[in-house]
Amino acid sequence: MTTIAFLTGCSELAVLDPKGPVALQQKDLIMWSIGFMLFIVTVVFVLFTLFIVRYRERPENEDYEPPQDEGNKLLEVIWTVVPVLIVIALSVPTVKTIYALEEPPKATSHKDPLVIHATSVDWKWIFTYPEQEIETVNYLHIPEDRPILFKLTSADSMAALWIPRLGGQEYNMAGMETEIYLQADEPGTYKGRNANFTGEGFAEQKFTVTAQTKEEFEQWVEETQASAPKLTKEKYDRLMLKGHTGKHTFSSTHLEWVDHAKQPDYAIKVREKLNPDHDEPF
Amino acid sequence: MNLEWDEFFVTGEPLIYAADVSIVLTTIAIIFVLTYFKKWKWLWREWLTTVDHKKIGIMYIFAALLMLFRAGVDALLMRAQLTVPNSKILEGQHYNEIFTTHGTIMIIFMAMPFLIGLINFVVPLQIGARDVAYPFLNAVSFWTFFMGAMLFNISFIIGGSPSAGWTSYVPLAGDELSPDPGQNFYLIGLQIAGIGTLLTGINFLVTILKMRAPGMTWMRMPMFTWSTLITMILIIFAFPVLTVALALMTFDRLFGSHFFTLADGGLPMLWANLFWIWGHPEVYIVILPAFGIFSEIISTFARKTLFGYKAMVWSIVAIAGLSFVVWVHHFFTMGANAAVNSFFSITTMMIAIPTGVKIFNWLFTLYKGRIKMTTAMLWSLAFIPNFTIGGVTGVMLAMAAADYQYHNTYFLVAHFHYVLISGTVFACFAGLFFWYPKMFGYKLNERLGKWGFWFFMIGFNVTFFPMYFLGLAGMPRRIYTYEWADGWFNLNVVASIGGVGMAIGFVLLVYNIYWSFRHAERENEGDPWDGRTLEWSTPTPVPFYNFAITPTVKGLDAYIIMKKDREQQEKTYKPIHMPSYSGLPIIMSAAFFISGFGLVFKWWWIAIIGLIGVLVTLVLRSFDYDEGYYVQVEEIERIENAYK
Repeated sequence: MTTIAFLTGCSELAVLDPKGPVALQQKDLIMWSIGFMLFIVTVVFVLFTLFIVRYRERPENEDYEPPQDEGNKLLEVIWTVVPVLIVIALSVPTVKTIYALEEPPKATSHKDPLVIHATSVDWKWIFTYPEQEIETVNYLHIPEDRPILFKLTSADSMAALWIPRLGGQEYNMAGMETEIYLQADEPGTYKGRNANFTGEGFAEQKFTVTAQTKEEFEQWVEETQASAPKLTKEKYDRLMLKGHTGKHTFSSTHLEWVDHAKQPDYAIKVREKLNPDHDEPF
Repeated sequence: MNLEWDEFFVTGEPLIYAADVSIVLTTIAIIFVLTYFKKWKWLWREWLTTVDHKKIGIMYIFAALLMLFRAGVDALLMRAQLTVPNSKILEGQHYNEIFTTHGTIMIIFMAMPFLIGLINFVVPLQIGARDVAYPFLNAVSFWTFFMGAMLFNISFIIGGSPSAGWTSYVPLAGDELSPDPGQNFYLIGLQIAGIGTLLTGINFLVTILKMRAPGMTWMRMPMFTWSTLITMILIIFAFPVLTVALALMTFDRLFGSHFFTLADGGLPMLWANLFWIWGHPEVYIVILPAFGIFSEIISTFARKTLFGYKAMVWSIVAIAGLSFVVWVHHFFTMGANAAVNSFFSITTMMIAIPTGVKIFNWLFTLYKGRIKMTTAMLWSLAFIPNFTIGGVTGVMLAMAAADYQYHNTYFLVAHFHYVLISGTVFACFAGLFFWYPKMFGYKLNERLGKWGFWFFMIGFNVTFFPMYFLGLAGMPRRIYTYEWADGWFNLNVVASIGGVGMAIGFVLLVYNIYWSFRHAERENEGDPWDGRTLEWSTPTPVPFYNFAITPTVKGLDAYIIMKKDREQQEKTYKPIHMPSYSGLPIIMSAAFFISGFGLVFKWWWIAIIGLIGVLVTLVLRSFDYDEGYYVQVEEIERIENAYK
């Protein structure tokens, strides 16, 4: 255990190093369960070691005839009831947390959540800020201490938006819209990626999340609105081609002409129309 | 499908060319050896046409070991690729094919056949039967499995392998995003093998229900027989779902239907549901027989009757029942509402209760025993602590809110390898060492066996324990490469070193089989371990009719009671009815193979020729009036006297 902690360095265990209330709730639940699990493992390991050391066949016990006991009611009741209690002890916080994660984090629930559409397309991330009329590719800017409501969908294969330090993942599916709340408590840069296998370019389908103070974020929004180019349908369609691309910024959004949650075959149709050999992916 | 020849044969990778060469050379060598020693007729008469459950069992195990080698090489290639960041050993697409075939082969073509092989060999003997209920169907089961496995495996050099993961989630696995023939190998290969599995389910259900020796009541059935019975019920309920799911995706890919497509209103999420409605019971199909095997071995070498036998039976039943109401835990992140995820969290955690009961009953079977450390026992003992680690991390994964963080990561990879390897694979090895003398009349070498055990078991922990931490460090499964900045290098190196240890363990096992074949001391008294159940009451090698006189069962641990009673049964033999061997199962399955091969490439005329072959064999079977033959008393006497 210590060796492994040493090899990774504890801060490297992203899931156990939360930077926001969602990931924190999940970490608390994980730590709570690890306690019980260590208890069970210890009981089993101790009995196991005792029994195989104590009752091992040796030259001196060769004549020993083991008793053929068929069971023991009391013992069997104990090792049925204790696991039942443990399951209850784990179920209650689990259900509570499942429900809690459906809502914006409590501490900031008075604030209006910032809505961001996250669309996956082989093998890129498209982020849309509908209220700000901004669209970014492969990177995110978010304000700290404010709940972010992600609306997830996909243009083709099923992906999963995952920013380990901010919270667990949720699937992006074409023809569907799923929702997930995440939040960052402090400014910083966090790694985000697709966690669900989407084929050839899956390993590189990553993005960065920059959490900023409210003022910095608003400044970024204004600058982007003023200086970034408009997203045209033609440009957007080239994003639909399979492949990777760098970071891009636009001052208008694709929601004007397509919602992948309602048009699951949009990307497929575009690919049939464009010639992937001549039309370079974006 | 119009393919250029260089699209038909997989080209461009030195690894593949090396495999091509070795496949050609091995084939030539096998043909040469069979011809040189004039063994073709023997092979056909004794093995390829057999309907004897013992020989079918051995063929299953042999095929499963081959598949373990193949998918093990896949695993080593993956470990080689992931050892250092930005590694260039495999390209993304090739890596994807390898992890897909690794998973599919290990579950469908290794774990299940290995266990079904042991079940085939042991269960009829354990219940005092002379064969299974439907010996001909049993041969069909084996050959459809084998041909399905071969069809899936040739994708490696012909046409390209499937690359959408063993779960084959659509839309990725659909025609729209994976137009290559690879995915068709998965669909058709599994479909053909699935016929065999379903038939096995029916066959052994009937066998155990109807063919137990007189006196073997429900609560006197050995634990391995119990676990087999429940497994067969799981197969009968779960496999039709897979059959339907595979058929629907096949229609999508070959005939342009829209069950799971993005376009025209397909429902990709439906696949995930269908897949896991089969897939979750499937993992119990490969773990329950393992529980049975461990029960037999632990009880034998602790020299104690199984502690809490009744609780053991009921917990298997409970696990089997629960296995059909937990499938959503495979996709908690699909956005189902909180009530749904809560329900499936709790049902999943409940599985830990009967499983925990079993763990403690095994522990207390050891308590006050006299534990003999044979290789089979080492594998069984190692199962207890290792499986506990896999089990408790399974409970952690069951907690949906936390699962959002574990899902799709190496934490999950570590968990299911902990349960599948220390559960299923350890059981396969334990069972192999335990029943080997019954199969071949000599033990595997214990010294080599123990070396192999320690290499494999330690290697296994070194490989998979770090993966829990890789998961918590944010490493997703199925990525073919990562960067230095990710910080996952150290643990990956450790995992790869462990992989080498497991490989050495496997090589030692194979060498052990060879060494024992050449040198092990032969024995024929038939009871080398002081066994407790009926299979040990037969002489070794077991005569083809198993029992000259059907035994009478007087309690659990039937053979222990027999040995204590020592009463000489009167030996008045009666003629024994036995089924005739048949070449139809292998021919029918070969026709399935041909048809399947045609379907993979949409070469309809080949598919039709194959299907005609299947129909012809079915008709031939329908008009086959061979109802077996009787072994006469004189021959039984001659065979039985030879053992004295």
